[in-house]
Amino acid sequence: MSPSTVLDVEMNGYDAEKLAMLLRLLPPAPPGWVEAAQQLPAAREAIESIGARAEADAAYRARVLADLEAALEAEGFEPSPAALAALRGRLLTD
Amino acid sequence: MQTTQSDAEIVSRCRMGDAEAWNALVDRFSRYVYAVCIRGFRLGREDAEDVFQEVFARVYERLEDLRNDDALRPWIAQLTRRLCIDRLRAGRREGVGQEDVIAGLAVDETLSQLDEAMTVRASLDALGEPCREILDRFFCRDESYKTISDALDLSQGTVASRIARCLRKMHEQMEGRS
Repeated sequence: MSPSTVLDVEMNGYDAEKLAMLLRLLPPAPPGWVEAAQQLPAAREAIESIGARAEADAAYRARVLADLEAALEAEGFEPSPAALAALRGRLLTD
Repeated sequence: MQTTQSDAEIVSRCRMGDAEAWNALVDRFSRYVYAVCIRGFRLGREDAEDVFQEVFARVYERLEDLRNDDALRPWIAQLTRRLCIDRLRAGRREGVGQEDVIAGLAVDETLSQLDEAMTVRASLDALGEPCREILDRFFCRDESYKTISDALDLSQGTVASRIARCLRKMHEQMEGRS
């Protein structure tokens, strides 16, 4: 059966071609992007934990500020730009 | 028909710290945010990824401020558009020559289509399996009959007839909504 046969479905209003066209407009986002967004709550917890430790330990704070990416990676998170900005913001509001 | 959670239910569960609800929220809107960045504003991959992550970071931070839980979709839509425009304007400041980009894109028309596509997508999700998967593979992932038949261990004829049947089912569902 050809795609055109598949789409030869009698429909009113939303015909099959239109449904197909609309579905094609929303391909999946890259899986890595979705995973990073889904990890956000856990990443925020990690950022909070790093921030709390940095408040209590000036040397640790200096090390984290010198290499934000390494600090996040040490907690098991991808250092996405959003996560880095959040960590920087957390440390600079101390 | 499979019951799916409403946006308001997902928001409510997210506010209670439910990690699965957050995953569901990202799942539900990731395609839309991605499409607005890529199709609506034609951002490059790197800019699109930054905007994508920023959208969900702001949603996470500001979910408490959402006054009407049913307004999640328009809120995310508005946030995504604003961040895309900010990104294009930042590019202009850096001399990338984006002056006419926003004006030149048929943004409103594309975004209107994407909103409509989200409604269709919601209907697809509500269909449940196996229709959701087979229509998603064929239309959204652009997989061939052969790829789908190999993945689902079905004959190509069965794949084609299921696609037709699922489209019909989806149409009936959408007619029921109107």
